[in-house]
Amino acid sequence: MNSGQPPSYPPPNIYSQPRLRAALSLFVTTLLVMGLIASQWLLGDAPQQMQFDARLTPPSVDHWLGTDALGRELWARTLAGLALSFWVGCLAALLSTLIALSLAALATLSSRLDTLVSLLIDTLLSVPHLILLILIAFALGGGTQAVIIAVAVTHWPSLARVLRAELWQLRQAPYVRISRALGKSRWFVLHGHLLPHLLPHCLVGALLLFPHAILHEAALTFLGFGLSPSQPAIGVLLADAMRYLSGGYWWLGVFPGLGLLLMVLGFERLSNHLRRAL
Amino acid sequence: MALGMQLIPRIARRLSRLTLVLLCVALVSFGLMMASPVDPVDAYLGPQMAQVSPEQRALIAERWGFDAPPAVQFGHWLRQLVSGDLGWSHVYNQPVSEVIGQRFQRSIMLLGSAWLLAALLGFSLGVAAGAKEGSTLDNLISTYAYITASTPAFWLAIVAVLLFSVTLGWAPTCCAGPTGVLNQDVTLASRLHHLLLPVITLALLGIANITLHTRARMLELMRSEVATHAFAQGASRFDIAWRHGLRHASLPAITLAFASLGELFGGSILIEQVFAYPGLGQATVAAGLRSDIPLLLGIALFTALFVSVGNMIADSLYSAIDPRMTSGGL
Repeated sequence: MNSGQPPSYPPPNIYSQPRLRAALSLFVTTLLVMGLIASQWLLGDAPQQMQFDARLTPPSVDHWLGTDALGRELWARTLAGLALSFWVGCLAALLSTLIALSLAALATLSSRLDTLVSLLIDTLLSVPHLILLILIAFALGGGTQAVIIAVAVTHWPSLARVLRAELWQLRQAPYVRISRALGKSRWFVLHGHLLPHLLPHCLVGALLLFPHAILHEAALTFLGFGLSPSQPAIGVLLADAMRYLSGGYWWLGVFPGLGLLLMVLGFERLSNHLRRAL
Repeated sequence: MALGMQLIPRIARRLSRLTLVLLCVALVSFGLMMASPVDPVDAYLGPQMAQVSPEQRALIAERWGFDAPPAVQFGHWLRQLVSGDLGWSHVYNQPVSEVIGQRFQRSIMLLGSAWLLAALLGFSLGVAAGAKEGSTLDNLISTYAYITASTPAFWLAIVAVLLFSVTLGWAPTCCAGPTGVLNQDVTLASRLHHLLLPVITLALLGIANITLHTRARMLELMRSEVATHAFAQGASRFDIAWRHGLRHASLPAITLAFASLGELFGGSILIEQVFAYPGLGQATVAAGLRSDIPLLLGIALFTALFVSVGNMIADSLYSAIDPRMTSGGL
């Protein structure tokens, strides 16, 4: 724009580099997750311990986030709920990614399989997520396992679509065609050339799935189809809070959800940074 | 004329695809119901289970065809479905089609207004944010969008009830009308008053997606040659956003709005539950918790139709307005 003079660039800001940002947020998230897991170990049975002389007390120095109707410490229960959400989310996201990867790979093997897989994707995408989750949790009879399976089975289609498109493009890549022309089998091409290429996509995909998985787990539990009410899951805490809303016991409703929001936000940021960096 | 000739096979193809997908949804959801540990006869009898002898139970099962193999039952159910009979809901003691019809009438007010509000607000925020990347306004709007994208829907509803209904007392805490008043006596003003908070909560959640998408589109435009050319002619950012941006970004926003009907419906289930709003979402939860299999199947099919039609509109809009999309087939 300014003719003649070389344009003056702003000094390079190393914190704006995507890789560094990703590494930083990975570090912080790992630290927080490790803290969360360690806290479960340190807490013991604090989330279930009842104090009948301190029921429904508002947040104070003694009771950091207040207590619930049975005098259980809300901060301990919230931490336990977040840890529970983390494990359920991890397992569900991992399973979901595996399903997406295997179905996308299956779809590239023959065009008939491809039609079948894309029909399955269309079918799952046409039912609202939550309805499908309720149907699957209903079919499996509820409980932790049912939630993990339900979330895993419903969340793979969007990732499978991305992987499938990537695979279709890759099939036309010169090195793949050469490999095929040299007589290598489809299976060899798939796991020797294509899968290594897809791994970063899978990693980012799994991380992107994770926040959704956590949110849907909490929602399903909140509605009464998920984890059992005896477990201190975030959904259970909030469903409990619903009964005390009109009494003005605001801390019961606010803090567990805030914890969940912060956790989801952290992972959302991490996956965005990683996607940009990779 | 030529357009019409092209249009008919395309519509026919889409409709046949829709039928196929709905058939698959029916198959999958029926399969899930068959796999569930809930016994339909027990669910129907409820607490009267103890008063019924095993012989009578077997008789009921035979009468309803539960002793037949699953494939035969599926065929039977499908035949009834085609003739318009969705079965009987034991939770509401009404035919399933009536339950869905009545409940959907209430839900559509919630869904429709939240959808419109989310689309309009989300689009305007996206255009405002994307007009100048990195500005204070952009940072504010993007942060807001990122945060709402990670907010649990039901938690936001709980906080809204706490703040506006319990603490401030501006809005009612529950239901679609005041308690103790007959449904037909509820005034329009009261209805709207009860609808206000759920609509705003549902809309707030839907905004994020559209905002972020529109913003990305606007950023793309601001870096394009079109914008450079306009800048060179002395146009301001506002001019470009107004003249080019609106048209450039509106199509993806509309498409996204139609494609996100499923998410909207999912959000409405949670929000109806928190606000005790007697719509289709609440009926879904009741059907699931109380093992009302015909109602659950009916709702699954109905929402699948709702979402598929939304997706179809989104696809058609895209190919109708952007001719580059047409060559790709369906």
